[in-house]
Amino acid sequence: MVSEFPQTPEKAAPETQLACGQSLAVRGLACERDGRVLFEGLEFTLAPGTAVQVEGANGAGKSTLIRTLIGSVSDYSGTIAWRGQAYPGGLAAMRCSLLYIGHNAGVRRGLTPLENLAWYGAGRKEALRALDEVGLYGFEDVLCQQLSAGQNRRVALARLYLPAPPPLWVLDEPLAALDVAGVASLEAQMNRHLQRGGCVLLTSHQPVNVAPLLRVNLAEFQPHFSAEESYCVG
Amino acid sequence: MSVESVVRGTEAMCEADSIPTAPAATPGFYTLFRTEFTLAVRRRSDIVNPLLFFVTVLALMPLGIGPEPEMLSRMAAGLIWVMALLATLLSQESLFRGDYEDGSLEQLALQPQPLYFPVLAKVLVHWLVTGVPLAVLSPLLGMMLNLGQAGYWPLLISLALGTASLSLIGAVGAALTVALRRPGLLLALIIMPLYVPVLIFGTGTVQAALDGYSYGPQLAILGAILAAAAALAPLAAAGAIRISLEN
Repeated sequence: MVSEFPQTPEKAAPETQLACGQSLAVRGLACERDGRVLFEGLEFTLAPGTAVQVEGANGAGKSTLIRTLIGSVSDYSGTIAWRGQAYPGGLAAMRCSLLYIGHNAGVRRGLTPLENLAWYGAGRKEALRALDEVGLYGFEDVLCQQLSAGQNRRVALARLYLPAPPPLWVLDEPLAALDVAGVASLEAQMNRHLQRGGCVLLTSHQPVNVAPLLRVNLAEFQPHFSAEESYCVG
Repeated sequence: MSVESVVRGTEAMCEADSIPTAPAATPGFYTLFRTEFTLAVRRRSDIVNPLLFFVTVLALMPLGIGPEPEMLSRMAAGLIWVMALLATLLSQESLFRGDYEDGSLEQLALQPQPLYFPVLAKVLVHWLVTGVPLAVLSPLLGMMLNLGQAGYWPLLISLALGTASLSLIGAVGAALTVALRRPGLLLALIIMPLYVPVLIFGTGTVQAALDGYSYGPQLAILGAILAAAAALAPLAAAGAIRISLEN
């Protein structure tokens, strides 16, 4: 499937402008897990060239929200639309432009960093350059099970440094286990991606230094206790 | 959202010359196969354990049921087939587990391409490292259990075809139970009934050859089971993986 990113200015007719002005739009989204409503009435828009940081306490539903937005969880109410096309119709198009790094980062411990990146479709030269950028030069042929947690996280993040990355980055806790220099480098890379018109959706407990950044705090969308409702819940 | 930000976003997208246009890179079948094969070769215990189980248990059989050559030769085909089935079952549990735990299964499920080929690549590698060695070793164990010479080739061929079907069918059970911590018995309960036809026609092949009949029909049925399993089992496993990943 071909990405719908407009290649030339004349291709961007007014309606496509609106469509690509809202890469990912979330309207009135509510999710529940094990009979408990995590959040409801959630609204935000992720436009090209912007980042959204999802905040919330432990168990607030950050990962559930992320996994709902990438279509791994289909149990939700509300509307999610990718470039103006609501799910599940827009899901396939979204998947084509998606780079997702989850909590389990998708790094196979029995493979070397180089082989891991090859599995994600990277050529040897690009993979070596990406690994160099995340500070893993010299580790490219060491099995990932012999690397530390932070280094394994860097192997996953090296996918962001490959040439021609997909436009939508969805990163669940990308800063976990990273050192200060690693965080700075990742922020720089995210800013570069935003400048070329990509968009980033991430969860993090720490402040992230990327601009323009929209913060979504899940605590504001938590359901509130009400006496008559509490009988129907669960 | 404000008009300015829409316009700014659109401009940024349309004017930057390094517009990210590439769709998410999807690994081809060869890459998937090579990766799985590398992983399997590096986890040598996963290859050796089923084989060791197969050989040890069959070596114990004459001690348990007595060394009379006639009795052993009558039971040989059935024993070898049942043990091959159990050895395959033992190795099946870990088929998707590693990928599920490190998140690469989720990455595969997010690819726009269907899960059919990744599952097929995994099963193919599983068959190459468990089924094929079992089949190759089987004439030797047949000799040990006094199987008639006429049965060696039918045993090898039927095991080679049959274990491929077993790997494919087992993948469905492994995919259904991947999210469970200890699937052990549940996995056996799900896939054992589905193994039965393969077992019946597998032992039937060898028995027909020993009795001096043509064993072509039985092999043809085993081949038909394999063809059906290759077409349908990866689809079922892919669906089961998507269900397992929802939680």
